[in-house]
Amino acid sequence: MPESDNRPASNLPPLSLHIPEPRYRPGDTPDFGDIVIPAVDATSRPGENTKPDAMRDHCYGLVRVLDFDGVAKGPWDPKLTPERLRVMLRYMMLVRAFDDRMFRAQRQGKTSFYMKCTGEEATSVASTMAIDRADMCFPSYRQQGILIARDYPLIQMMNQIYSNRGDHLMGRQLPIMYSAPEHGFFSVSGNLATQYPQAVGWAMASASKGDSRIATVWCGEGSSAEGDFHSALTFATVYNAPVIFNVVNNQWAISSFSGFAGGERTTFAARAVGYGIAGLRVDGNDPLAVYAATQWAADRARTNNGPTLIEHFTYRSEGHSTSDDPSAYRAADEANAWPLGDPIARLRQHLEAIGEWDAERHDAQAKELDELVKTTQKQSEKLGILGHGMHQPFETMFQDVFEEMPWHLKEQCDQMLAEQEAKFGPNWKPE
Amino acid sequence: MMAEDTKTMNMIEAINSAMDIMLERDPNTVVMGEDVGFFGGVFRATAGLQKKHGKTRVFDTPINECGIIGVAVGMGAYGLRPVPEIQFADYIYPGLDQLVSEAARLRYRSANDFICPMTVRTPFGGGIFGGQTHSQSPESIMTHICGVKTVIPSNPYDAKGLLIAAIEDNDPVVFLEPKRIYNGPFSGYYDRPVEPWSKHDASAVPEGYYRIDLGNAATVREGEALTILAYGTMVHVTKTIVEEMGVDAEIIDLRTLLPLDIDAIEASVKKTGRCLIVHEATRTSGFGAELAALVQERCFYHLEAPVERVTGFDTPYPHSLEWAYFPGPVRIATALTKILKD
Repeated sequence: MPESDNRPASNLPPLSLHIPEPRYRPGDTPDFGDIVIPAVDATSRPGENTKPDAMRDHCYGLVRVLDFDGVAKGPWDPKLTPERLRVMLRYMMLVRAFDDRMFRAQRQGKTSFYMKCTGEEATSVASTMAIDRADMCFPSYRQQGILIARDYPLIQMMNQIYSNRGDHLMGRQLPIMYSAPEHGFFSVSGNLATQYPQAVGWAMASASKGDSRIATVWCGEGSSAEGDFHSALTFATVYNAPVIFNVVNNQWAISSFSGFAGGERTTFAARAVGYGIAGLRVDGNDPLAVYAATQWAADRARTNNGPTLIEHFTYRSEGHSTSDDPSAYRAADEANAWPLGDPIARLRQHLEAIGEWDAERHDAQAKELDELVKTTQKQSEKLGILGHGMHQPFETMFQDVFEEMPWHLKEQCDQMLAEQEAKFGPNWKPE
Repeated sequence: MMAEDTKTMNMIEAINSAMDIMLERDPNTVVMGEDVGFFGGVFRATAGLQKKHGKTRVFDTPINECGIIGVAVGMGAYGLRPVPEIQFADYIYPGLDQLVSEAARLRYRSANDFICPMTVRTPFGGGIFGGQTHSQSPESIMTHICGVKTVIPSNPYDAKGLLIAAIEDNDPVVFLEPKRIYNGPFSGYYDRPVEPWSKHDASAVPEGYYRIDLGNAATVREGEALTILAYGTMVHVTKTIVEEMGVDAEIIDLRTLLPLDIDAIEASVKKTGRCLIVHEATRTSGFGAELAALVQERCFYHLEAPVERVTGFDTPYPHSLEWAYFPGPVRIATALTKILKD
C-alpha cells in the first residue's frame, strides 16, 4: 500500500470498486415492476434508410406489436396472414417440443449435453422467417429455431446430438453445434462471438460480388463483451456491410447477470450508437415485433443502407445448459415474474383473439408435434446414441484436419489404429 | 528457367507478383490488411495492386487483427480466397482465437461443409531495430495449431512460388516473411554492407505463374560433415558462416514447417550423422525442439554427436542489444566447432 502521507489532503471519501450484483438471488421474490415497458405503439417505425444518428431513441425504447391482450397494434405490425402466423406458432412449438425431448434424452444418459432455448423461441424462429431462405445465418449455440424454421430435418439435429452414425459431422462436435450449409446455417463454434466478424466477412463478400443475399448473426448479451463483437461492429460500419446483428439479451450468461456485460449502464442496442449503426431494442418475447424489426433490418441491409443491431429483450427461462443449475444463483420464480410473458403463449393468444386459433387446435398441435419428435427420436436412436457402441470409424478422427492428410497425421493415425486393434481385436467395425 | 522469362526481383517484388498473378487468375482472391490498399503496405508488398485490381479486391482494414482474420474466415465461407496481411507477426495475437479456434478448425468441425482457404501473410523476425514488438518469430505457435500450414520462404524465387501455392491451398496457411531479407540476403554481419538480391541467383524470378508445392524442403548446399536445418533469414546467415569456416555442411532450407519434409531431413542426417538446427526464435519450445525430437526419433543410430540448437535467447527481443540477441556468426561458429569435435 502506498504511504497515506502521499495522498493529497482531501475530504473526499476513498475510491470504491463497484461489483455488479443482480437484484434477486435464491430465496428472493422477484419483482420486475420497475422495468420500463413503453406503450405498444409508442415506438415509431422510421424508414429503412434512416440515418443511424436519427434513430438513437430506438436503442432505448422497445419495438412492440402485441399488447398483453394479444392485440397487434402500432406502426410495427407486420400484418402477417393468419396462415403465416400459424406457421410461426407451429415452428416455435416444435422447437419447444424438441428441446423438452432432447433435454430428457440427456438426462437419460443418451448424450452428453443439451441446451434449451425456452422462452427465447421467437428470437430465432420469427427472426429467420423475416429473412430470405438464401440469406446466411451465423448462429450462436441457442438458435435451433433457425434450423426448425428452415425445415431442416429433425433427425439430422438428433443424429448430431447423439453423435451417432447418422451424424454428418462424424461425432466431432459437442451436441447442438450443428452445421447446415444447404439451409444457410453456419457451423456453430464453441467459442463465443467468433461468428460475429465472420458474418461481417460473409456479408462483405456478398456485397463485393454484387449478390443480393445478406448475413445475419446472433450472440448473447454476455458474449457481446467479447472483442469479436466490437471488431465485427467496427468492420460492419466501416464497409457498410449488409448484416443484421442480433443480441439476445436473455438476462443471464450462465450465472452472470447482464450487469457483467455492462447492462446496468445502458441497453445493448445502444452499443450501435457509438458505431454509427442503426439500433433497435425489441420485445424479444413478442414474435411479431421480432419479425417486424428483422424485416426492417433486412430491407435496410438489402438496399445498401447498412447494418442493424437488434437487441432482443427476453429472458432465459431455463438453465444455461444441462450442466447448469440456475437455482444455485437466481431466484426460482424469475421466469414467471418476467413482465413480457412467453412468446408461444403470446402468439397463441393473438391468434385466438383474431379468431384464427383455439384451445382444441392448440392442444392437438402440441400433441402432434410431441409425437413427431418422439417418432423421429426413435428413428435417430436406431442409428445409435452417445456412449453406447462406437459409431464412427476410428480413422475419421484424422480426416479433415487438412484437405489432404500429411505424413505426421498418417503416422499418428496408424498408431491409434494399432492401439484400437490391440484393445478391440482386428475385426472391429463401427456399429 | 529461360532468361527472357525472368525478371530480377527482391522478395517484396516477388511476393507482390504472386498476389498480382492470383488476383488476375482467380476473381475470388482478395487482399486486405492495414495500409495495404492505396498506400501499398508499410513494406510495399501490395504496391500497385489496388490500382490494378480495384478497391473491392485490395483494400485497407481497420487496425483490428481479430476482425481481419475473423472477416477473412467469413469471406472464405462465402467462397472467396482471402489473403489478409498482418502488418507485423507480433500483431497477430489479437487474431489468434480466430486463427486457432475458427480458421484452423472449420473444415474439421463441419466435416467439409465449410473450409477456410485463407493465406495470412505476415513479416516476422528481427534485425531491423524493431524492438520487442516488431521482431518476434512466432512460427512454433503456428505449427502447434492443428489445421494450419506454416510456410517460410528464404528467397524471392521461393517466396513467389510458395505464396502462389499457399493462396491456392484450400486450408489456412500462415505465410511468414523474413523481413530482414526482404531487400537482400543477410550474411549475419550487421556491420557489413548489405548485398542486394540482384547478386543472388534466386532473384531471377519468372514473371508468370508457377508454384512450389508446400511441404518440400530445398537443399541449399550439399555436404558430408553435418546437416544444418534452417529457414528464412538463418539460411543465409548459416551459409555465410559455413563457407567462411570451410565446413562441408549440408544446409537444408525447410521452406514449409508444417507439413514438414521429413524425408529430406531424415535422408540428410542419416548421411552426415550430425545435425545442427538454427532458428532466430526463442529457444524453449521453439521449432528447433520439435526438429531435434524428430531427428533423434528417426536417426538416433546414425548420430555421431548430440543434436545441437542455435537459437535466439528466451528474452524479449531487445532494441539496443538486438545483435547480442540475434543468433549470429559467433553463436553459429561455436556450435559448429562443438558439433564437429564431438
